[in-house]
Amino acid sequence: MRYAPAPETLTDVSFTLEPGSFHFLTGPSGAGKSSLLKLIYRAEKPSRGLITLFGQDLTLLPPAQLPHLRRRIGVVFQEFRLLDHLNAFDNAALPLRLAGKRPKTYKADVAELLAWVGLGHRLHAMPATLSGGEKQRLAIARAVVAQPDLLLADEPTGNVDDDMAARILRLFVELNRQGTTVMIATHDRRMVARSGMPVLALHDGRLTAERSA
Amino acid sequence: MIAEPAQAFLKSWRPGPLMPKGDARDAGLGFVIAVLCFFACLAAMGAMAGDRAARGWASQLRGSATVLVRPKGGESADAAAARAAEALSGVRGVREAAALEKDKAEALLRPWLGNDALAPDLPVPRLVTLDLDPDAPASVQALGGALAAAGIDGTVDDHSLWIKDIVRAGLWARAAAAGVFILTALAAAAVIAFAARAALEARRGIVEVLHVSGAADGYIAGLLVRRFSAMAFVAGLFAAAGAAAAGAALRLAGGGEGLTPALPIAWIDLALLTPCPLLAALVAGLAARLSALGLLKEMG
Repeated sequence: MRYAPAPETLTDVSFTLEPGSFHFLTGPSGAGKSSLLKLIYRAEKPSRGLITLFGQDLTLLPPAQLPHLRRRIGVVFQEFRLLDHLNAFDNAALPLRLAGKRPKTYKADVAELLAWVGLGHRLHAMPATLSGGEKQRLAIARAVVAQPDLLLADEPTGNVDDDMAARILRLFVELNRQGTTVMIATHDRRMVARSGMPVLALHDGRLTAERSA
Repeated sequence: MIAEPAQAFLKSWRPGPLMPKGDARDAGLGFVIAVLCFFACLAAMGAMAGDRAARGWASQLRGSATVLVRPKGGESADAAAARAAEALSGVRGVREAAALEKDKAEALLRPWLGNDALAPDLPVPRLVTLDLDPDAPASVQALGGALAAAGIDGTVDDHSLWIKDIVRAGLWARAAAAGVFILTALAAAAVIAFAARAALEARRGIVEVLHVSGAADGYIAGLLVRRFSAMAFVAGLFAAAGAAAAGAALRLAGGGEGLTPALPIAWIDLALLTPCPLLAALVAGLAARLSALGLLKEMG
């Protein structure tokens, strides 16, 4: 993958995520972790190569099929990307709403999830009034609310304390137990070590290590 | 278990708008759309009035004809005209035939020749005016045949030349008004398309989140369609009300003739303005959708 006309950001990266697996994606800043995640949720197209997701070649996927594919993926962005004009509850409920679910079928679940990530008292709060940690937890809630088949998280514990980081990791593990494939890009070596999950390591756009649990 | 404050929140909760509500530019855009709709309404009313004037004049001309009588064989002009009127009054499709008296015929020539040229011995041609049945007027051939049968030398003018000109002028007036209407609608569509694109560009971050969260392009475009359609509907409502007020003022000030006999306004013309808000919303919605889908495709 390259951001033209720059050199390739990712080169000869080849790996398989088995359904229901849990992987960490590690590497220094600029190694290509975020770019790799963007390729997987198809925010970017590869300049060459093949990406197969849920049995479909992403490079050949018709645009009309993209929304269906993306509804099976939950993404936690490094910079949160909350919708500033919506309150915390509406932000968290967004994937369910876009999937066409009726509000009365999901509002209790969304409230419960927000309570679980420690935002039960902030349902009405606008993102501008939330702290960095609260925004991060809200972004995580939005990514997991629809119980996606694949969860991609870019530095999901970068703005929270150790207790909350452990709690978030437990949430990811719980989701994984229920069948969600999880891939977390992180610098947090303690979290990686604590989890004991397999690691994909990127360096200068190349996959340099694949360590099993 | 959901805490009590959260339960209270959920009771009154309604999903918020996925696109932020309008900004300060919306008022200006709404005004521009309203002005364009107002001109479109005036063009539509102008087309109706021009068409009505052309039809009225053509109908008047179709209901009458004139016969120029030339006396022959020592017969006096007055006698020839009287005989012609008698012969033509029996033709089917003629309601009334009357020979124009000499002083009236001279009055018709006076504007062209002046008083001095109308000497007593000037052979002024005699005319017979015919009032025709507008539903089934007598044809030129039938009238000429009646004159020939009575041995009268005369020329029938059924005003067809003028009628053609009036019908053509009416068509041009309607075409011009339709052209103005279409151009105005296109201008409104272009303004909306530009605004929709600008609105999406300004909310690129929101669009990306919606995309990644599984929103289809059509769904995102629909958010803008609703917004711009609603804006255009309100603008169209104001424009139609303004145009109706202008039309009513013309009707009240000038009666059935409005400002000029060339554009007679009728109360029914105001009903023509009622679809304006819906049409404006439709044009705006279509323009917003096409523009948004184009940009969303570029965004991928």
